[in-house]
Amino acid sequence: MSSKHRDIPGTIFFDGAMATKGYALNKMCFSFNNAEGREAFKQDEAAYCDKFGLTEVQKEAVLKRDIMTLEREGGSIYYLAKFAGVLGLNVQDVGGIQTGRTTEEFQAYLDSQGRGKNNG
Amino acid sequence: MAKIIGGITTSHIPAIGIAMDKGIEDTPYWKDFFAGYPPIREWLNKEQPDIAIVFYNDHGLEMFLDKKPTFAIGCAPQYENADEGWGIATIPPVTGETELSWHIINELVENDFDPTVCQDIKVDHGLTVPLSIMYPGRNYQHMKVIPVCINCERHPMPKPSRCFALGQAIGRAVESFEGDQKVVVFGTGGLSHQLDGERAGIINADFDIECMDKLVSDPEALTKYSIDDLVEIAGAQGVELNMWIAMRGCMLGDVEEVHRNYVAPISNTGAGTQLLLNK
Repeated sequence: MSSKHRDIPGTIFFDGAMATKGYALNKMCFSFNNAEGREAFKQDEAAYCDKFGLTEVQKEAVLKRDIMTLEREGGSIYYLAKFAGVLGLNVQDVGGIQTGRTTEEFQAYLDSQGRGKNNG
Repeated sequence: MAKIIGGITTSHIPAIGIAMDKGIEDTPYWKDFFAGYPPIREWLNKEQPDIAIVFYNDHGLEMFLDKKPTFAIGCAPQYENADEGWGIATIPPVTGETELSWHIINELVENDFDPTVCQDIKVDHGLTVPLSIMYPGRNYQHMKVIPVCINCERHPMPKPSRCFALGQAIGRAVESFEGDQKVVVFGTGGLSHQLDGERAGIINADFDIECMDKLVSDPEALTKYSIDDLVEIAGAQGVELNMWIAMRGCMLGDVEEVHRNYVAPISNTGAGTQLLLNK
């Protein structure tokens, strides 16, 4: 199940072990593709987590919008992006949350690595 | 014989589709990015390809972790797009193709590739955003699309060398297809970006430009990278370079680049586009 990947600080390889750990969490977030799933989650977040069998740690992180813990608990960014969408967050907001920056600071970080822009 | 008439690379970031829906292509943030597309649209309009083979990755619309193919190829007469959960508008159905699709599938399996064969899949922004950019007003339904999906989400992911070989096998299959169809090949996604982890936000513009150069002159150099190399150099989602490499594999021989644009950042990524023609 485990795979050996290079140690890259700040990077979690979403591999077999993580996919196993996060299956229920990712399955819940996958359900956010449907409006009914998003609505049911908003009605009772904890009950929706229980319905999918999230661990207590995962459930608490969902309730606290703790994206980094969700990643460490096996959340794939593809599905967490759907969770972020339910919360009204975009990928720069999520980038800021993960890196301890405000969204504006995160955007400035992106811009600092930029190239090829004459406008904006 | 069917013929590959050109290769196109493009970003497939959802924000692009959202920007087009909002009609903000000429605003300062987007202007330089969208300026890269008219030459490619003009070429498509002039050449009128019958079929587009589109290498993309599914981001959790159709291919959840329960059954996740490493390589998948569509052979359906039509593909639906659907709600992805975070607000990108759903676009009208994409026209599919069955004859060349099945020919490619037969040839791939005969040549030791074993893709998942899909007669009914929903396609996500990885495929729909490129079509929307190339055909403003979503005027893409005249062109038949063959989706080829590469897993870029869960490790293990296919090696760049394997993706290049897959592309070569598809390119040879097209060449052996009895017909006079004009085929264009799309490599979508990338370039450098990382959405997850404390390292989120990394962009490597130097590497992106080097990849665009190498894609033209020395694609085999790109096949030397491992997946871990790409994650380290280009970020966790920089692995989407695999779709560009597969596209280039399809083109078989030498190519010339007739157009290029690169802008970073667009959303969280380095956004590149190229038009390549066989010499």
